[in-house]
Amino acid sequence: MPRILGVDIPGEKPTHISLRYIYGIGPTLALRICDQANVDPQRRAKELNEDEISRLANILDREYVVEGPLRRQIQQNIGRLRDIGSYRGNRHRRNLPVRGQRTKTNARTRKGPRKTVAGKKGVKELRG
Amino acid sequence: MSRSLKKGPYVDERLFAKVVKIGKSSSRDPIKTWSRDCTIIPEFVGVTFMVHNGKQFFKLYVTEDMVGHKLGEFSPTRVFRGHSGGKASKAAPASSAK
Repeated sequence: MPRILGVDIPGEKPTHISLRYIYGIGPTLALRICDQANVDPQRRAKELNEDEISRLANILDREYVVEGPLRRQIQQNIGRLRDIGSYRGNRHRRNLPVRGQRTKTNARTRKGPRKTVAGKKGVKELRG
Repeated sequence: MSRSLKKGPYVDERLFAKVVKIGKSSSRDPIKTWSRDCTIIPEFVGVTFMVHNGKQFFKLYVTEDMVGHKLGEFSPTRVFRGHSGGKASKAAPASSAK
């Protein structure tokens, strides 16, 4: 198993697929990086020689923000929204959807598992 | 979808004029405004606004980080007081009973 950028050890898959195991590399970037490094994207990652791996690592290092730095960048951006007290920052703070989605139903990704409230059966009952 | 770059940012012209005026006189009075849709441009930094949220004016001191956002983003229009039967309403019981 080849190692690129320290921790990432993509496996027995075509190179452009394995590259996607790196945080911040998707289908498009994976192919583009292969192209830049002159590596056949279809070849298995384990078949890459030292030189090719170091070329890939070099490009990732120089031109792309991935893994730790990328995570930090995202957190910083969110932190900025929080600090300036914007609406989006407040939505992040409360773990609610940020982009104007409905919250009457759904929104489970942000809100987490349903918390059932005792005695609350339906709207009709509340009105009656 | 984001706004076309061709148009440039939307800035309420009358509000902008006011900001310019206040910048010259270097007064620190807040500007009352209803134009929540106005983009914050670098010229607004350091100015205090009172942004209407539909009910009252929300005081907002503009800092550099806020450039590019809209005034309304900083003046919340909704107040969430918690759900009925929650911990909060037990502490302050049945004030909403009809």
